[in-house]
Amino acid sequence: MKSRPDVVAIAVFIVFFALVTVLGFIAARWRRGDLNVIHEWGLAGRRFGTVVTWFLMGGDLYTAYTMIAVPALVYGSGAVGFFALPYTIVAYPFFYLTMPRLWNVSKRHAFVTTADFVQGRYGNRLLALAIAVTGIIATLPYIALQLVGIQVVISAMGIGGSGIGADAPLIIAFVILAAYTYTSGLRAPALIAFVKDLMIYITVIVAVIAIPWKLGGFAHIFAAAQNAFAARVPPAAPGSVILGPAGYWAFSTLALGSAFALFLYPHSVTGTLASARGDVLRRNAVFLPAYSLVLGLIALLGYMAIAAGVKVKSPNSAVPALFNAMFPSWFIGFAFAAIAIAALVPAAIMSIAAANLWTRNIYKAFLRPDASDAQEARIAKITSLVVKVGALAFIIFLPTQYAINLQLLGGIWILQTFPAIILGLYTRWFHHHALLWGWLVAMILGSSLFLLQGLKPTAPLVIGSFSAVVYIAVEAVIVNIAVAALLTVVLDRAGIRRGPDATVAEDYDDPPPVIVPTTTLGTTQPL
Amino acid sequence: MTKRSARPRSPWTWLLLIPFLALAFPVLYARAQPSLFGLPFFYWYQFAWLLLTAAITWIVYALRRRP
Repeated sequence: MKSRPDVVAIAVFIVFFALVTVLGFIAARWRRGDLNVIHEWGLAGRRFGTVVTWFLMGGDLYTAYTMIAVPALVYGSGAVGFFALPYTIVAYPFFYLTMPRLWNVSKRHAFVTTADFVQGRYGNRLLALAIAVTGIIATLPYIALQLVGIQVVISAMGIGGSGIGADAPLIIAFVILAAYTYTSGLRAPALIAFVKDLMIYITVIVAVIAIPWKLGGFAHIFAAAQNAFAARVPPAAPGSVILGPAGYWAFSTLALGSAFALFLYPHSVTGTLASARGDVLRRNAVFLPAYSLVLGLIALLGYMAIAAGVKVKSPNSAVPALFNAMFPSWFIGFAFAAIAIAALVPAAIMSIAAANLWTRNIYKAFLRPDASDAQEARIAKITSLVVKVGALAFIIFLPTQYAINLQLLGGIWILQTFPAIILGLYTRWFHHHALLWGWLVAMILGSSLFLLQGLKPTAPLVIGSFSAVVYIAVEAVIVNIAVAALLTVVLDRAGIRRGPDATVAEDYDDPPPVIVPTTTLGTTQPL
Repeated sequence: MTKRSARPRSPWTWLLLIPFLALAFPVLYARAQPSLFGLPFFYWYQFAWLLLTAAITWIVYALRRRP
């Protein structure tokens, strides 16, 4: 943290921030549609081709989590923080397999949210409600993480102090975000994502070339980091640049649990459903890992911060402090603007996605079934504001040392919708009551373990002679599936009636290929 | 009860299991040597699988309509 405001950095920061704000409001006119209809406001009319989807989902999935939280964990704990790389690698084969099925069935039945799908698949309002509620509460800590990201770069520029003045810049950024999300819907983050991604790529390329060069190469960086970890004495937490056997289970369950959770988040589903065809998604499964490469390189910044001798009060400030130590003010301003925008874009999409869930699956399903399209869109816009305030509450009431724990808490919750949504894409074997009970048991189990561990996402698991530290989300979802399977057998034996299934097997497959002249493919943009 | 998918799935889809097997078990790659460009094995192995996974996914996509 700088002792006094860095005027040049702040000026550059504001210029870029103003640029994307203007873009956010212009976005309402882009590929114009009627923004008073929820399909248009919330899914931009399901018209995005491969390239736009690549930018949108890149902007959506790679967030302050990537820029701030992952390198912070690497800085603080070493190799275990790298679970994020396998996570963002294996997420895509999984995405390739499952999301085109979700897209197909959603297109055919005009589903906007996963809760819509669960309602259609199982014909049960309570199960759909559970899915919607989980989506909303899991999104809140994820938005909170974005706010932490904005906070650390603002304070790293030397703005702050105490009292209300300290929070003023964050609140201003927040109001701007809220305003253009309200007016432009999903078009705003999609358009800003172009600028954001370009800025992030420039920042990362400069950082991973210039910083190792200044620090004497990667071999030296890793040696310095290992020495720093080896010199630690309790009570400092242990760390290592090579994962130790004690961390194997935590590493792989964090990676796999996060990967299976990623595309259950409402904002990922929004990005997915806004695309124009199933093949757009399959192609993106090939090209989206380009962002994971960036994530891996940014994670290495955690070690560079150690090697550069950066000392920070909170690990979350490691990357901004490293940039402050390494770069001239104008580049610091540019890089921090990139990080702040990389937090704002997903925060906008997350609040839109949560708003879609509230409006369609709670407000319209339970409170005002006769709401018109215009009312529906208006409620969604207002909810997108309320959700952001809810996220602020998480920062205030759940102070965690590592920002990444906010995202991992979201993961514990959202993964409990896996049986109903992902398994539901393949089979109707589970009874809806059984899925509901499995969900409830797992939500209570997961939340309690997180609290009992002192707001930490991993917990020791002992079964007979097996003992390991594992990601709570994975433990909970196994219990979830076991309860659901057991109760399905019991309920079917007891002859408890199942709800109707509005979908048929063909709904999940791609439509049969239609031969059309290539010039009329329209929304498809060749790569 | 849903019937099986209307059209048969491409057998090449099974290739997508490989990245899971390669990355789910850190015991396979949690070591320092051999290093590459100063990166310990643990790190460049993961970066290599990033590229390989994208390549495998592309192959599965390209062959998706083949029996």
